[in-house]
Amino acid sequence: MDNDSSTPTAAGPVAAKQHIRKMPVNWWLKKPAYLRYMVREITCLFVGGYAMFLLMLAARLDKPEAFETLLASPLAIGLQWVALPFAIYHSVTWFNLTPKVLVIWRGEDKLPGFLIAGAHYAGWLAVSAGLVYFAMSGGADG
Amino acid sequence: MAATDTRSSTETMKLEVFRFLPDEGEPPSFQVYEVPYRDDWVVLDALNYIKDEIDGTLSYRWSCRMGVCGSCGMMINGEPKLTCSAFLRDYYPQQIKVEPLSYFPVIRDLIINMDHFIDKMGEVKTWLIPAEDKPIEDGEYLQTPAQLAKYKQFTMCINCMLCYSACPVFGQNPDFIGPAAIALGQRYNLDSRDGGADERADVLFSDEGIWECTFVGECSEVCPKNVDPAGAIQMAKVTATNDWFKSFLMPGRRKKSGGNK
Repeated sequence: MDNDSSTPTAAGPVAAKQHIRKMPVNWWLKKPAYLRYMVREITCLFVGGYAMFLLMLAARLDKPEAFETLLASPLAIGLQWVALPFAIYHSVTWFNLTPKVLVIWRGEDKLPGFLIAGAHYAGWLAVSAGLVYFAMSGGADG
Repeated sequence: MAATDTRSSTETMKLEVFRFLPDEGEPPSFQVYEVPYRDDWVVLDALNYIKDEIDGTLSYRWSCRMGVCGSCGMMINGEPKLTCSAFLRDYYPQQIKVEPLSYFPVIRDLIINMDHFIDKMGEVKTWLIPAEDKPIEDGEYLQTPAQLAKYKQFTMCINCMLCYSACPVFGQNPDFIGPAAIALGQRYNLDSRDGGADERADVLFSDEGIWECTFVGECSEVCPKNVDPAGAIQMAKVTATNDWFKSFLMPGRRKKSGGNK
């Protein structure tokens, strides 16, 4: 915490004697946990960017050539390479937080956190495996 | 811990302490004090040594010395901690920087103004509002161990405010109701004997309440009592969201945000 702001507030005699410390703009660099939090928040831009890309693909579903041109464009490939690690970080950090949000009681005991998070990971794996199977087997045409 | 007696040791340690004396009209500064190093001393012992032996003008709050009263919270090397639980040996031989709890206005030296925190607890109504009034002759309000388990963790809060100093959301918006006050509101909302959820909802489920929280999660990390305020806030968000959907589907239904007890 910086102590550079010695300016008292102007809100009356009592408050005027208090010292208000300003939050430094680089507060998120002061602790690794804050930095991890900021990265987690920023991942949403990449997840959102990838969602936009999917929408653009969906808009070309009836035009196979345009679909493939977009899919094969270097920009799209670049986006996917950048978005993938961010999307994984996004998913992992949020899945790890699920036990705090979803609390299931069994009498006097909480269902252990690893089961809640584990169920999410299992669901993620199942959906991913299903999609890979769908793609490998030739999709809707196969 | 070493078995050797360090009481007679001449080893010393330096504490860099935040000073702010409002009546002097000087800007805040840091003052370095040299104190004897003892491996069974905590930072609070060192501050007491300074106050008794070096500089009687140093001001700070403390009471129980055993991590129960919640008075001696300060920033130690930038981390919110109870000074009675922070051992010198964990920092020795490095210098320790002691500052008042972050984000709160400083009244003097290491003493912060906690008025807003007290006000917030009042706004949230962190006390039991009985679901049904009954005369004393009818006996106590009974509760099963399972009903107790649902809120017991949140009763451990000692109002030390470390969670506020770990919360960048509170740092940016001092009006945020904040981790401890919300966790305590949740503590009563989840209590089977309590019927005050409706009265707390306006404050708790406002923009300055749970929805201001962006789930940084550090409040739970620094909590000396494992209250897990971050968990309490997220659970309250789920309850509030469920209630919103229910009121949407059943418009005639009264808003109630106590959740399942």
